[in-house]
Formats: sequence, structure tokens, C-alpha cells
Amino acid sequence: MPKWFMPFAGLTAVMFAASPFVIASVRYESTMGLVQKIFYYHMPSASMFLLSAVVCGLASARYLFKGSPRQDRLAYAAAELTVLFGAITLVTGPLWARKAWGVWWTWDVRLTASLMGWMVAWAYLLVRKYGGPGSDKLAAGLALFGMANVPFVYISVNYWRTIHPKTSVVPTLPADMGMALWFSFVCFLMLFTLLLRLRVRLEEQRAKLDALYLSLDE
Amino acid sequence: MPARRSLGEGVRVAWLILRKDLTVEVRSLEIAYTTLFFAVSCVLFFAFALVKEGKAPEDGAAGILWIAIAFAGTLALGRTFERERQSETLRALLMAPADRPAIYVGKLLGIIALLVAAEIVLVPLVAFLFQAPLLSHPFWLGAVLLSGTIGFAAVGTLFSAMLVRARSRDVLLPVLLYPITVPVIIAGVRATAELLQPDVELALVRFWVALLLALDVVFVTLALWTFEPLMTD
Amino acid sequence: MSIDFNELTAEDVSRHFGRRKALSRISFRTGTGSILGLLGPNGAGKSTMIAVLATLLRPSGGDIRYGTHMASATGAELRARIGVLGHDLFLYPELTARENLAFFAGLYGAANARAAADAALDRAGLADRADDPISSFSRGMRQRVALERSLVHGPRLVLLDEPFTGLDDASAAALVARLRGLRNEGAIVVLATHDLDLAEGLLDSALFLRDGRMVEAVARPGALRSTYRSIMGRA
Repeated sequence: MPKWFMPFAGLTAVMFAASPFVIASVRYESTMGLVQKIFYYHMPSASMFLLSAVVCGLASARYLFKGSPRQDRLAYAAAELTVLFGAITLVTGPLWARKAWGVWWTWDVRLTASLMGWMVAWAYLLVRKYGGPGSDKLAAGLALFGMANVPFVYISVNYWRTIHPKTSVVPTLPADMGMALWFSFVCFLMLFTLLLRLRVRLEEQRAKLDALYLSLDE
Repeated sequence: MPARRSLGEGVRVAWLILRKDLTVEVRSLEIAYTTLFFAVSCVLFFAFALVKEGKAPEDGAAGILWIAIAFAGTLALGRTFERERQSETLRALLMAPADRPAIYVGKLLGIIALLVAAEIVLVPLVAFLFQAPLLSHPFWLGAVLLSGTIGFAAVGTLFSAMLVRARSRDVLLPVLLYPITVPVIIAGVRATAELLQPDVELALVRFWVALLLALDVVFVTLALWTFEPLMTD
Repeated sequence: MSIDFNELTAEDVSRHFGRRKALSRISFRTGTGSILGLLGPNGAGKSTMIAVLATLLRPSGGDIRYGTHMASATGAELRARIGVLGHDLFLYPELTARENLAFFAGLYGAANARAAADAALDRAGLADRADDPISSFSRGMRQRVALERSLVHGPRLVLLDEPFTGLDDASAAALVARLRGLRNEGAIVVLATHDLDLAEGLLDSALFLRDGRMVEAVARPGALRSTYRSIMGRA
């Protein structure tokens, strides 16, 4: 493990432990009260969901066109994180929605597209597991097409009538809420980095093992 | 000069492959008949499942039409590439000095032709079974169906070609195809549903068609770009 | 723009699938007007080697050189000079013999695909069955059409993977004659087979493979079966 890993992990843990207190210290939002505070976890995890989808897509593109196995490992790890952060987003979202809008789920475009993006990540993992030989390229192709989905998710809210808050909400937050949000965001970003590094390392070890096997009877 | 020559070459190759596929299909019509029958069964299934007291749900016709197209399309894609797998003829195509994107385009056009043939049967059938005025704006319906079909077929042809040598290919095709083509289906259904309204808002339909065309451009471009690396081992 | 080459060189070619080593550091060289045999039991890696030579598979290690052209710089021009008769015959069963040949002739850029197809049918001796679908042909006849399909563009390098499978004596003899003819015309022929009797006297050089490894390379092999037994017994 690189030297920065353990101290970084420690810092992340401390920050996450502190985050509920940071969030509690911020004022209540006027209309939704306490329930709105789930936003401080929901929005960063949604950002990490999209970030890992983009990382997966870019790494897949580089793997397809340059053939570097390192990019393939990165894409695989990023796909797993897409499923993870997508799950967090798709759980925190409905929890908030039930209280704020009265429904667990609606089929507006942002939710639908996010769900579909999440399913693409699942499909990626299924292909890698069950596709047999050549499934790494197959999955890379899928990830590329999935990545084309991401901007569609983000701009969709601005073009259709929907009850999901518009993307213009974030920059207009008052200062203390903005601070709490950025704190939470940084926590999640650090967690993302940690998990990605850990997962890529697992794949690297596997690749080293395969190489050892292959060189056995040289 | 070289760019134009290779484009002409590509068109020639794509046409050769399209003609070959149509010839093979016309000989037995196996895929055409089975796909068509399957699509019709699909529609009937939905009719039986959704009709209450002799009336179909509102907007049901649009959704059912597109689902039938998607299911039938998946079947047709699977069968078409199963044929290429039989004597490994896809490998033979890849060994030829033809431009790989041209091979893709040739197969894509064949799939589109097959799907359009299915739609020609499905549209009147759905209109009849669900008393839906599908044929009230034939030009716009045609535009919606064609742009949606191109998008679906573009992704489907690429993924099916990739899956030819994979394991579990029959189940993996829907797993890969459906999430990616959801935007196409959504846009297609919304546009078709709008066309079924008594007073159609054409601006809305135009918007959805524009979206479908944008998706088509993105998908086909991406497919042309990635076909070669995806098909080489 | 077409390229040509006079020799085919494999340098330390390896290919693995996950942890399975299909080919392990194979090296050889062969040139025009010769027939190289890839011999060995099932699973030795013969088909994998043929696929690598056909540019269908990329080697995991090492490289193939077609004259001065590296396989890694493969393009359409190189593929135009290679003809492959695979274990699966690469023919469309629903199309007639003529249609199959004309399609591939057109694909390989023949100026007059129909004429090329007719000429190929004559060479195969199947001109009278030209308009019958391939599905109605016997294995031997399909093989003949498949062979002509692989040769319709006059390739420099001819790769054959188990071409004698399922052939009766007459068809096998015809194939041997055809291969000798190709050699005399200056083609580079690489033939993978486990049928030693038929390969007898046909090969100019032979490579014995086992478990992906090159066990022995023999120039001018005679009495293949006993050579095979002694080499395989040794390894």
C-alpha cells in the first residue's frame, strides 16, 4: 500500500465521524426541516456515483483504444464503486422523497436515468463475471455507452418539468449550509479515493498472480 | 482523395453485406417469420394482460408498440448473429480487407430493414387491437419509428456482434441492451403517445424526434468508433 | 495499394487466455514455395497458431513478421494477402456455391466478382452444382468450395486448419494435389493437421507442437509417423 493510504484512511474516518455533528450544527431548511439534512449525504453520494461512472467510462475508453491492462483494472473498480454509491444514492433519495414529496419514487427523468445508469453498472459487473473470455472488452464497450448516459442525467432536470430540485439549487445555498455540504462532499470524495485505490490494488494482485502462474514453466 | 476513396469502398462493402444478408433472409424467411410472429404474440399477450372490461388502458398502445419492437428486435438480433456464428462467418468477414466500420454498417442496415418490416405489421395491429389512432399522423409516426429503430439497432448490432464469441450470450444481450436503450424507448413512447392525443402538440413531437436523432448520431458514431477494437482479440 | 512478402517469421510468439497458456514462445521461419506443417495432438495449440498467423488473434508475447511488415502494424492490405481455410468452413449454408464465392470475391475487392466465382468453381470441379445451396453439399464438396473461397483473392499466405477432416480418399488426394500446385505457384502454405499419413510427403518442413510448446522443428521430414512417435515419446 502506498504510504499515504493509512493516514488518509484515518483522516477520512475521523471526518466521517465528525460529519453528523457538522450537519447537525447547520440551520434547518425552511420548508422541510430535519428531513432535508439527508441531502448532505445524498447529494455527495450522487456526485460520487456519477464520478465513478465517468471514471469507468474514461478508463474503458483508454483500455479499448490503448489496451493498457491498468486501465481495465481501474474500470472494473470504478464500476463496482458506481454500483455502491448508486445504491447509497438510490436509498437516501427515496428516504428523503417519502418525507418531502410524499412518494417513495416517481418516474421523472432524473430518477429514471439514474436508475438506468445504475443498471448499466450492474450489467458491467454481470458481463465481467459471466461473459467468459473477451468479457473485459465487452464490458469496456458497455461502459462507453453508459457514460454517454451521464450528461443526459445531469441536464435532464433543466429541460423537463420535474419535482426534483433543479441543479441551480446548490450554488445558491446560504453559507453555513454550503460549508456543511462541502465538508460532506470532501468526506465522500476521500472515501471514493480510498475504495478505488483498495479495489485497484486487489486487481493488481490478481494480475500479478496470473503472471506468476504463466511464468511457472518458462 | 484517399478519404473519399475509402468512403466509397466502405459503402461498397456495406452494400455487399446488406445484399448478402437480404439474400440469405429471403431464401428461408426464417428470421422474418419468427420475429413477426413473436412480435404479434407479444402484443396479444399485453392485450390480454392489460385489457379490463374490454377496454385497453390509455396510452397503452404507445408503450405496447415499443415494447413489442424492443423484444422482437432483441430476438432478431440474436438470431441474425447466431447465423454468423454457425460457420464462423463473422470471423471470415473480419479477415477480409474490408473496413471494419463498413461491416458494422452493412449488418446495421440489415437489422433496421428487418425491424421496419416488423413495424409495418405491428402498427396496424396495435391500432386495430387498441383502437388507437396511430395512423392519424403517418409522417410523424414514421419519423418517430425510424429514428427510434435506428438508435435501438445501432446499439443492438454492436453488442450482438461483440457477444458472438462470449459465453451466456443469449441472456447477456438484453442485460446489455435494455439499460442503454432506455432513452430511446422513453423518447419513442412519449412521442408516439403524444401522436395519439386528440389534439397533438407537434412541437413536443418535434422535440422528441430531435432527441432521438441526437441519440442516433451519438450511438452510431460511438459504434463506428469502437467496432474495430471491440472485435479484435 | 497492396503489399507482398516473401517470408513469414514467427518470433517467440506466445498467447495465453487467462491462466491457460495456448502458445509458448514459438519461433519459426518459412518462405514462398514451401509447405510448413504444424503437427501435434489435439490441444497442442495448432489452431491458436493459425489464428495468430491469420491476424485474428494478437499474440500476448512476441510478434509475427510478414516479410518486413510486423503483425502489430496489421492493416487491410495485409489481410488481403492472407487466405484461411478454417475448421469451420466460413460459408453461408443458405447461399449457393456461386453466391458464396462471389460475395467473398467482392469483399476482397475483385473487379469482376462473378467471373472470379465462376473460375473458382471450375477449379473446384463444381461448376455443375454452382446454383445449389451449400447446405445440400457433402462435407467434401463444402471443403472444396471453402478452399476456393480462401483462395479466391490469390493470397500469398495460405493457412489451413485441419483441412483433411471428414474427407474421403478422393477428396483428400485432390486437396493434396491442390496444395502442391499452390506451392509451385509460390504461395507460403502453413498446414495444421493431426493426420500424419496424408501430410506424408507433402510437407517441406514441420513443426511439432505439444501443450503450446514447440517440441521440434524438422526440415524435410520423411516418415512422419515414426518421427512423430519418437519426438513425442521423447518430450
